[in-house]
Amino acid sequence: MQASTTHGFWNLPIDAAAQGHALDTHLLLNLWIALALLTLAHLLLFAGIAIRRRTARPYHQFFIEYLPLAVLTLLFAFLAFRAQQLWATQRYTGADLSAMQVEVTGQQFVWYFRYPGRDAAFGRTRLALVDPANANPLGIDPNDTYGRDDIVTSQLVLPANREVDLTLRAQDVIHGFAIPQMRIKQNAIPGQTTHIHFTPETPGDYAILCTQICGLGHYRMLATLRVLPPADFNTWLKSHEAQP
Amino acid sequence: MTPAINSGAPFIARFLRHGWVNRTLHRATHHRTIGFGYLLISLIAVIIGALLSLIMRTHLAWPNWQLPLHGPILPEEYLALVTMHGTLMLFFVLTVAPQSGFGNLILPAQLGTRRMAFPRINAAGLYLTGLALLTLFAAFFVPGGAPIGGWTAYPPLSATALAGPGQGYGMDLWLASIAIFAIATTLSSINTLTTIVKLRCEGLTWERLPLTVWGWFTAALLSILAFSVLLAAILMLFCDRHLHSGFFLPAQDLVSGVLLQHRGDGTPLLWLHLFWFFGHPEVYIAILPGMGLVSMVLANFSHRRVFAYRLMIATTLLIGFLGIVVWGHHMFVAGLNPFASTAFSISTMAIAIPASAKVLSWVATTWGSRPRLATPMLFALGFVSLFITGGITGPILAQPILDEYLHNTFFVVAHFHLIMAMAGVFGLFCATYYWAPLLFHRSLSESLGKLHFWSTLLGAYSTFLPMHFTGLAAEPRHYSQLNGIAGPTATLLQSTLPLQRHITVSAIFLVCAQLPFLLNLLLTLRKPIDVFADSNPWHATTMEWAPDAINPHPNDQPSTVYRAPGHYSNSGEEFLPQWSSVNAFDAEAE
Repeated sequence: MQASTTHGFWNLPIDAAAQGHALDTHLLLNLWIALALLTLAHLLLFAGIAIRRRTARPYHQFFIEYLPLAVLTLLFAFLAFRAQQLWATQRYTGADLSAMQVEVTGQQFVWYFRYPGRDAAFGRTRLALVDPANANPLGIDPNDTYGRDDIVTSQLVLPANREVDLTLRAQDVIHGFAIPQMRIKQNAIPGQTTHIHFTPETPGDYAILCTQICGLGHYRMLATLRVLPPADFNTWLKSHEAQP
Repeated sequence: MTPAINSGAPFIARFLRHGWVNRTLHRATHHRTIGFGYLLISLIAVIIGALLSLIMRTHLAWPNWQLPLHGPILPEEYLALVTMHGTLMLFFVLTVAPQSGFGNLILPAQLGTRRMAFPRINAAGLYLTGLALLTLFAAFFVPGGAPIGGWTAYPPLSATALAGPGQGYGMDLWLASIAIFAIATTLSSINTLTTIVKLRCEGLTWERLPLTVWGWFTAALLSILAFSVLLAAILMLFCDRHLHSGFFLPAQDLVSGVLLQHRGDGTPLLWLHLFWFFGHPEVYIAILPGMGLVSMVLANFSHRRVFAYRLMIATTLLIGFLGIVVWGHHMFVAGLNPFASTAFSISTMAIAIPASAKVLSWVATTWGSRPRLATPMLFALGFVSLFITGGITGPILAQPILDEYLHNTFFVVAHFHLIMAMAGVFGLFCATYYWAPLLFHRSLSESLGKLHFWSTLLGAYSTFLPMHFTGLAAEPRHYSQLNGIAGPTATLLQSTLPLQRHITVSAIFLVCAQLPFLLNLLLTLRKPIDVFADSNPWHATTMEWAPDAINPHPNDQPSTVYRAPGHYSNSGEEFLPQWSSVNAFDAEAE
């Protein structure tokens, strides 16, 4: 289930999330506009030097300066407006209340994923209780009954076509949580929580990267997102819920 | 001698009045000596910074490569190279050389004055900058080596020695170095600002100031704002490291299995705000003097006035102002409020407007002017090309939804290396070739200069254009290794290796392309002084080319400026410099 190949002139990886299509369209639009402006500007620069006849002073500042500037301003305003629409859709509101809840914790140089279990609630964690040697890398408080059925994994497994709400946390330093093929990226910060939500569409295995320099093992702070068809996901979840 | 010394310390006063001491002091505080001192610091920093990047690049493309006399590059060593490369280039090359180096060498002459406003503050700035560079180099030699957190030094990674090698003594030395550098740059900027405001010669109104001076002026204003905030942030981080304060740290933080407690419950985001409040203006500090110079050089070789001169002044100031209200665009995915991202996105997109206005003016200035394509002109045109190519990706990264995908990928590395590093360096080369007659009293070789230009331009594009594509393939920055990784990431990272190898070979070529430049400098300096070299060979109109502007005689009359720069006849064959009192013809109107 490899899905990491890139495609097209611009070398983008395959997009496997619902919100990725609009982002890709807007990104490609931006890239083509940039290439066109870049080419145009260079052509003008070369043409201006190559012209053999010394032209009279171009006095028409309006046509040479302000008119192109107005056109460029409108173009950038349009791009900014469209980008804000997409940004607002993704970020101004949180995930739907029915979204699946998963907590992501970054520590040098591992990602942990926690599912709330049957009670649909996460147990309390305390940094003082963190004990990876005794299977408690997140420091889940054993006195909190909500935490007893929490499932902690090192692989993020999600059902296709259901929105997921990730709660990001970090224990030690800032980490960057990124899944390029889901077109999402958000930093995990010690001492506070951040959220990101998305809907995976295509089943497959996808790369999870750390994208904020976090120490000498930064390059190997990787994990895998496995997107399963909903039925397979339920089987996976049940098998993990059955284990104490 | 100041009265304070005379009355308070007669011995020192007598000592200072001694002939030899007086001459040495005079020479040491002379802006020309100081300017060359700054350029020397930059030259050392740029050579070491470039070599560090080559080690980094070679390791990335061929991970099993062994550095002679050292062995394989370890992950922490790779990150130390990244940190030191960025720090050397950003601070000691791109801040020092255009602003303090060429600023000291040329600014007083362009203002028609004989000196900088505060010679001793100026000298103090130079020595502190040298001290900062030595302190930075010392970080290589302490236990743990140089810091590994990148030049942005985000806490908590930068806040405790437990977070990794280099984060102990190495990080302390880094902080000390940058603190000293911040003080030095603030002193130097006060000097620059005061000189421009108070020491302009008779007739040199604000509107007649060359755009180069406007660049230095705006960069100095930004420096004072930015570096004072950076200094404060560094002191706070130092307290967090050693005094258990918690400006940038949560009350509890678990690093390497040790639970760290801090008084107070702070957030790393505060560091990001303060750092980028400095960091973004810093980028403009590096590029504004180059933009000013390039405007003047394009006009000089086109034998025209800069097109839309007043608009160029306005856009310089506007870019400077916008530069201090856009820092949040570095933090779109860092945990910033999404509404704030929208605000910062709009302020950032707005910079595209004055930047586009500048490009339009540059194109209009050279349009159909049949410019003489001497080396300084070539580097000015190269600057414009790199400014366009690097700048055009700015509005893309300014859109938070796109930055979400592109943040911390090689796309960003490509963007800032083209617009800041390469354009900045082209500005410096333009300055060196253009002002060489004034700096060395000899001209640099044109044929070596052209070889240098074309190979550097090719190397720059061949190195940094492909990075856009590895970035679009989602390759992150700061990864010390791209192979030998398991899982789906392996395919993603490994697919970029062929391009990365191409980039490394190009980077080696780019560094080798600087050999003609060094050879040119050495050959030129071995030639005897050419008394006619500095007699305005480019037909320039600005004050630094006035007779004896660079080496004034003590009995000279004070300079007077009679007109704005760029006074050329319609045919471009005649020109009147700013210092000429005759009015031979009417110049082209604005």
